[in-house]
Amino acid sequence: MLRMEKIASAARVHPAAQTQLQKKSLFSKILTAIRPYLMVAPAMAVFGVFILYPIFYMIYLSFFDWNLIGEMKYIGLENYTDMLADKDFWQVLSNSVYYMVMVVLFQMVLSLLLAAYLNRNTRVNRILQSIAFTPYITSMVSVAFIWMWLMDSDYGLLNYLLSLIGLGPVGWLSDPKVAMNSLVLVSVWKGLGYNTIIIISAMQSVPGYLYEAAALDKTPKWKAFWEITLPMISPTLFFLALMNIIAALKVFETVNIMTQGGPMNSTNTLVYNIYQYGFDYFKIGYASALGVALMVVIGFFTLIYFRVLSKRVYYN
Amino acid sequence: MTAIQNKLHPRQIKPAKMVSTLLRWCLNAFIALLFFIPFYWMFITSVKTLGQTLITPPTFWTWDPQWNNFAVVFQKVDIWGMLGNSLIVTAGTLICQCLTVIPAAYAFARYQFKGAKVLFGITLATMMIPSQLIFLPVYLMFSRWGMINTYWSLILPSASSAFAIFMLRQTFKQVSEELLEAARLDKAGELKIITRIMLPLARPTVVTLAMLTFISIWNDYFWPLVMTTKADVRTLPVGIASLRMTESGVNYQIMMAGNVILVIPVLVVFFFAQKQIIKAFTYTGVK
Repeated sequence: MLRMEKIASAARVHPAAQTQLQKKSLFSKILTAIRPYLMVAPAMAVFGVFILYPIFYMIYLSFFDWNLIGEMKYIGLENYTDMLADKDFWQVLSNSVYYMVMVVLFQMVLSLLLAAYLNRNTRVNRILQSIAFTPYITSMVSVAFIWMWLMDSDYGLLNYLLSLIGLGPVGWLSDPKVAMNSLVLVSVWKGLGYNTIIIISAMQSVPGYLYEAAALDKTPKWKAFWEITLPMISPTLFFLALMNIIAALKVFETVNIMTQGGPMNSTNTLVYNIYQYGFDYFKIGYASALGVALMVVIGFFTLIYFRVLSKRVYYN
Repeated sequence: MTAIQNKLHPRQIKPAKMVSTLLRWCLNAFIALLFFIPFYWMFITSVKTLGQTLITPPTFWTWDPQWNNFAVVFQKVDIWGMLGNSLIVTAGTLICQCLTVIPAAYAFARYQFKGAKVLFGITLATMMIPSQLIFLPVYLMFSRWGMINTYWSLILPSASSAFAIFMLRQTFKQVSEELLEAARLDKAGELKIITRIMLPLARPTVVTLAMLTFISIWNDYFWPLVMTTKADVRTLPVGIASLRMTESGVNYQIMMAGNVILVIPVLVVFFFAQKQIIKAFTYTGVK
């Protein structure tokens, strides 16, 4: 108590009180100058530590031979040369690309058809949209479980329904030729409602007078769809295509739960392969090189997307 | 209006129109069933006996529901503990995102500062990098820090969201400058401006973003699977997924019972808030 009074009285008579006030304003000036940086700092720290740094760390690790426990050994490009010489890598890569092409193709075509069908804003259509949207907000674990059971080769519902129309049992998840397509089916089923709703909202923002003009010219409906709707919603379609491409390239859940990459490696994809090499075989360097390969693939498609986008904007 | 028209010109039912209406209803029913049957199959299987899952033709209904299947799930998996973990991780992520996203969005929307463009560009670029690409180095970082099997390894990597910053910035930009000037004249600090003016005005956006984060973290399987090895910090989806592997082979009725536990909360929330949820997701695709 006494000390505080002493300090207070000292401050009162202190000749430097004036400069202290000035200092304070200088301090607040600095504060104003760095305030925006302080405000973005937490977010930037998260991005820096958990997204940007890991990318460089991954690239760094890809030059080493490391099993988590022993010494890290620098081996230059050996992981990459091993990877490119490995037949399994090419199979995994082609699996991933096949899966991506199939998912994006079916997803876009089916959701476009469904959107055209459900476009009119009626009660029934809204209910159907909600029903179709349900799988999208349920966990991928649930969806994978449900389809694993439906696709069971002995007691699954799908094979029973096929048998009713006289078709033989399909090894949905056990036939190497079929399994990947089954995963495509699951992914399309889960994402169809989302893609449809996005396309519908784009369709409904197309100005109505364009259709009125077309109707005056007696343009048939399918032609109006082809010549008015599609070009008008094409930015949304491009965006959805990119989102579907990236989502398909990072597929993991269905593979891990439904097939574990099998049968005969036919459903092994890049992310699952990284997971295997990292957590099952403890080949960190090789897994990192696979990660770099995945990054290149994703980067390639993202770049194409922005190239196309910038061209379109330019010509418009 | 149409009623009057109908009276003036009594509607004739044309066969062509009837056929198209009928076709439309068939197609509607097909679409509904396509999405309904898999969920129905999950529910009905969850109350079957093991024997009932192993017969052809399968049974579509049962008069003797086996509620015991759910008890088995609770026995095999610590449902309450994992539910608690899911809640902690989801709430923690939401709180962290509020603390990092709101100030960053405000700064990007309202201040002009050197490097803003570069930093915002980096923010947008991070949207293109999925967590499935960088999980291995992040795992190694956490293991070096001794933070594997902690909530931090689940919360921190998603403690900010580039998408949320982008969206909230758009909303903050629409607030008129005069309103802020008036507040500044009243000597309101920046904190007060954000909490008293910006956030109330941006409420719909904030609620939408929170909903999106909630659903994605709640449903996430990949990240908690990779970052944790012990059951006591794992979240519900990972716990349910572990029902796949049992000593006694595959028991679909148990798997589906666990699945029902996982799905029910989401379905209930979706049933009551479907309009808002669909709107929120529509928002993610409109750019």
